[in-house]
Amino acid sequence: MSARFKAGDAVTVRRAYPPGHLRTPHFIRGKAGMVERFCGSFPNPEELAYGRNGLPALPLYRVRFAQRQVWPDYAGAPGDTVDIEIYEHWLEPA
Amino acid sequence: MHDDHPHPHDHRPDQDGPLSDYQLMEIAVRELLIEKRILTADEVRRAVEAMDARSPALGARVVAHAWVDPAFKARLLANGTAACEELGVAMGGTKLVVVESTPEVHNLIVCTLCSCYPRMLLGLPPDWYKSRAYRARAVREPRAVLREFGTELPERVTVRVHDSTADMRYLVLPPRPAGTEGWSEERLAALVTRDSMVGVSVPRVA
Repeated sequence: MSARFKAGDAVTVRRAYPPGHLRTPHFIRGKAGMVERFCGSFPNPEELAYGRNGLPALPLYRVRFAQRQVWPDYAGAPGDTVDIEIYEHWLEPA
Repeated sequence: MHDDHPHPHDHRPDQDGPLSDYQLMEIAVRELLIEKRILTADEVRRAVEAMDARSPALGARVVAHAWVDPAFKARLLANGTAACEELGVAMGGTKLVVVESTPEVHNLIVCTLCSCYPRMLLGLPPDWYKSRAYRARAVREPRAVLREFGTELPERVTVRVHDSTADMRYLVLPPRPAGTEGWSEERLAALVTRDSMVGVSVPRVA
């Protein structure tokens, strides 16, 4: 599966709450960030968790978010960030 | 209880409580694998021994080498897995991302979902790393957490938190302390602590 996004792209995490084993933390759903790097493609953990093979492998990204956008009352410096690994099917172009 | 010599210290209580569901499951699966001759008891023992033998000394060796060899440092930041394997560290398929802390940027590692940790380089994670408090707060109020670990950062330093939610594992390359010019790699490695490679602390010259 070819990667849809590249480093520097603005993306938004889908605001979705499906049941099952998910690796996208709740706190980041619906938030906008920037792709820091493409990490390669990996078997889908949402399938692996239930004994399936997780194929085709999914592109995985590290996405960087501004802490002040993630937490409205964030107490640190304006430049502080949190980087999170997110699979492509959770991302939309911002 | 031994009565043949005085005991000024407390004894750790025997762990005679009932097994948890996960402990039972582990024992059942292990016994089945051995019974069905998929693994031997000695193979299981050796795997546990190898896991327990890993310690932060491995990561410290990598960091110290990066401090003295700029070309290695560049390779380490570009591809952490390949660079560690160059030094003979068995990475077992772990995809390692190394993040460099500087006087301007401080990096902190957490796994908000569970306890993902660069075990190949640091061994087993400490209990606090696995606690709900650390996992929730490291991402929510990293500066307060750092302060509780004795690491006070001025506002001008950017704090970057890295959440290990999927297939990557992270190691902080901390800044080399001032006053260590000309030190050997071995002497430098002794300054590099587990906590400084997770990012809750920074290496210091004692």
